[in-house]
Amino acid sequence: MNIGFYPGCSMQGSSPEYNESVQAICSALGISLIEVSDWNCCGATAAHNLNRELSLALPARILAHAAADGLEEVLVPCAACYNRLKMVQHEIGADRKLQDSISEILDEPYQGNARILSILDFLERDVEPLLAEKIMKPLKQKIACYYGCLLVRPQNILDAKRHEDPQSMDHIMQLLGAEAIDWAFKTECCGAGLSVSKTGVVAELSGRILDDAAHRGAKAIIVACPMCHSNLDMRRKAIEQHRNKDFDLPVMYITQAIGLALGIDPVKLGLKRHFVPVNLEL
Amino acid sequence: MENIHSHLGHSANGLLQEIRQQTAVNIQACYQCGKCSAGCPLAGEMDFPPSLLMRMIQVNKPETDEKVLGAYSMWVCLTCNTCSSRCPMEIDIPRVMDHLREKSFTLGKTNKKASPIIDFHKAFLKSIEVNGRLHELGLIVYYKMLTFRLMQDVMLAPGMLLRGKLHLFPERIRQRKQLAAIFKRTYKRRKEQEV
Repeated sequence: MNIGFYPGCSMQGSSPEYNESVQAICSALGISLIEVSDWNCCGATAAHNLNRELSLALPARILAHAAADGLEEVLVPCAACYNRLKMVQHEIGADRKLQDSISEILDEPYQGNARILSILDFLERDVEPLLAEKIMKPLKQKIACYYGCLLVRPQNILDAKRHEDPQSMDHIMQLLGAEAIDWAFKTECCGAGLSVSKTGVVAELSGRILDDAAHRGAKAIIVACPMCHSNLDMRRKAIEQHRNKDFDLPVMYITQAIGLALGIDPVKLGLKRHFVPVNLEL
Repeated sequence: MENIHSHLGHSANGLLQEIRQQTAVNIQACYQCGKCSAGCPLAGEMDFPPSLLMRMIQVNKPETDEKVLGAYSMWVCLTCNTCSSRCPMEIDIPRVMDHLREKSFTLGKTNKKASPIIDFHKAFLKSIEVNGRLHELGLIVYYKMLTFRLMQDVMLAPGMLLRGKLHLFPERIRQRKQLAAIFKRTYKRRKEQEV
């Protein structure tokens, strides 16, 4: 099976373990990913905060490259990149004038028809059916699935089911043998892009998330977004100082959890790269 | 060609009509139920929570528009979309926030407290303009130059390096000239608007 792949900057920068775990499970399951040629940054929060045209043009260039590469669908594991690409497709696709305007900025015609898959779309459709016979080590743990904002909102544009209480990650974790807890912070915001410029906000918002998950007995938090991961993992010390409380609660990408259940070496899944060590008994 | 930056100049109409025309968001539909402010994770940090901001725009007076453009609210807004996902009138508040940020930034009316947040965005875009992709170390260095927050997060760097999460050199795309031209065209359009 061939699927286009847009890694985005985080997966090449501060979240290499997300990339490693995506690659590891795809090769274990015989799925090959084809990277979009000479891809650029999607512009993330900064572009849409300061320059609307740029926030449309940067993702439009990525879509144009995917089209030129002949990719009908593109897997975008980073939740922020996924959200931007979907938003841009929605906005430009529906507006002829805007298509012309963006084409002029790109200096090439807008071609935005590639189907954009989030990591959850992909796992649900292509990985879930293969799991049952491939699981070597069931994850018998209580875990909290944390979706954050960018995979579920705006719900109409992303076509997110049950956007206040999504289930797709919970379902995958149950297939892996884990107990996915009910909790209150599944889709609350971690503080996202204010991590550097207002770290205190992240300490407060991410602290509430850790607090509720720990209070309900979760042994790990499962995420699907590099920003959520870095705020809950890399910023752990700041959170603990802010709340004056220690949390023994590792944060794993859903792809790392799947990799563990498939029996893949934790080093190959990038599990040694976390700030909060992952010492789950398996 | 109609310019999508035409919202950035001074307009004879107030923000209310301008936003309706430029973004198709109808703020007049807001009836102040307050669900947006109740759900907003950062309403407490804002000078005007989202529902109040909507009301101020509805008032449609030059004085209130000035207050809105100088507000801190839109700069702490995380675009988490909780407000709009719960709005009974489906008002796209994050889209309004984008509009207010860009307009306030372009007209030089930004709230002083927002400077570090805006500097971070500027440093982020600079890194992409130069490399085509984000280089996190470059972003942080440039951010520190803009804000003089020299010591911030210094303690994180060794741990990040050790874990392979910080790269000394940027990863660059091949077509950097083409990408820089995209940035330039957006700046040029904006300048034409200001005249």
